[in-house]
Amino acid sequence: MKIFLPTPLRPYADKRSVVDVSGSTIAEAMRALISQYPDLKGYIYADDGNVRGFVNIYLNDEDVRYLPAKMNAALRDSDTLTIMPSIAGGR
Amino acid sequence: MTAPTKSAPLSNDEIQRYARHLILPEVGMEGQLKLKAARVLCVGAGGLGSPLAMYLAAAGVGTLGIVDFDVVDASNLHRQIIHFTQDVGRPKLTSAEEKVHGINPNVTVRKFETRLTSANALEIFKDFDVIVDGTDNFPTRYLINDACVLSGKPNVYGSIFRFEGQASIFAAPATEGRQQGPCYRCVYPEPPPPGMVPSCAEGGVLGILPGLVGLIQATETIKLITGLGEPLIGRLLLIDALAMRFREMKLRKNPDCPICGTKRTITKLIDYEQFCGVGATAASQSPSPEKTQTMPNALPEMTVEELKSKLDAKENIFVLDVREPHEYQICNLGDYGAKLIPMGDVQKRQQELDPEQHIVVHCRSGVRSAKVVDFLRQQGFEKVQNLAGGILAWADRIDKTMPKY
Ligand SMILES: [Zn+2]
Repeated sequence: MKIFLPTPLRPYADKRSVVDVSGSTIAEAMRALISQYPDLKGYIYADDGNVRGFVNIYLNDEDVRYLPAKMNAALRDSDTLTIMPSIAGGR
Repeated sequence: MTAPTKSAPLSNDEIQRYARHLILPEVGMEGQLKLKAARVLCVGAGGLGSPLAMYLAAAGVGTLGIVDFDVVDASNLHRQIIHFTQDVGRPKLTSAEEKVHGINPNVTVRKFETRLTSANALEIFKDFDVIVDGTDNFPTRYLINDACVLSGKPNVYGSIFRFEGQASIFAAPATEGRQQGPCYRCVYPEPPPPGMVPSCAEGGVLGILPGLVGLIQATETIKLITGLGEPLIGRLLLIDALAMRFREMKLRKNPDCPICGTKRTITKLIDYEQFCGVGATAASQSPSPEKTQTMPNALPEMTVEELKSKLDAKENIFVLDVREPHEYQICNLGDYGAKLIPMGDVQKRQQELDPEQHIVVHCRSGVRSAKVVDFLRQQGFEKVQNLAGGILAWADRIDKTMPKY
């Protein structure tokens, strides 16, 4: 399955915009992503292991926080994950 | 959404001007009068605010408020199209007002030459129907959101970074047939720690991008005013200019949101600089993301004058440039033997540096180099100093022929 990484995350992932990983749940796919690019960990996760408050993870177009199974939601190969941090530029 | 209260009829000149709106049945005279009665506040007359103000003026929005306290800089011109070359050095508000009136003299411009703060936001918002966020930093974005929630006004949101943008309408008040929309805090409960997300000044931005995103904001503003179409409420539009791909994510109202949830804990505007951490507006990437949480406060520094005199005296100083290669091409201290190791590579190329050597680190303005100095000191480099003000200070005070960017 594919994980989309927006620009702010790319410096931590070898400048890649899309990463292919395997995993049967969101948590597994995220673990696979982090093991491939360990530098992403500090950006996405807080020290307590939770996803940071300015980062959202979407399964297809659904915010993972509102899925009944949250990070344990099952994945199909055709699913995509998008990691979306807040950005503030505008001037 | 805003029914025209005292809709003065259109003059013959206005009818000519808005002819292509008037013959659109979906807009028509009714829609055009709503636009004329509408009062839109544009926070920021920069990248997003430029196309927004120009198009809203052209479309016939009756009252356009603009909040900005900045002066036009040459580096604004590649994207802030409301400001022209001859405006460099002039207040953005004056420049923007002139262009708006040049486009459409029927528009009433209300100028607020101030920084938007917790003390003035609600007072300024009071006289407007729609608030458009065209700012560039997290504290002001949370402030605008909270002030919109508290005053029951929609927040037409757009933000950009390099080649990407995000847009949505936050805090849209409930209307018949539509529930209150999610707010910015529902989506992003917390700002990034200072230093984690680079600003446009440090990270750069493709000039057309604010045009693209600003016009999405203008479109949504006009839809809110006229009631046309499906507003971008409860949806986050992601714009990727490089892939030219538009994607859409579903947003939900967070029942636990501290300002728009059922158990709200924020009932008035707070200190947003504090909420976002000091220095949240100027930031950049770091060699190691984990190490950016605490910004160094008392790092050893050297002024450009000191560096120049030491280099001229042939003191043994190693100049380390931690910018990116494309920045090095614009200007550099290569004549003084400066070595380029981009900030992101410092960690893995650390063995190229001698911990015994006197090292002066510089970047563009001194933000990135400060992080590298902090990092190297943690690694046991004792004689490492930050060049205060970066190569910009060098260009200002040592070598006036050097280009600035
Ligand atoms: Zn909310």
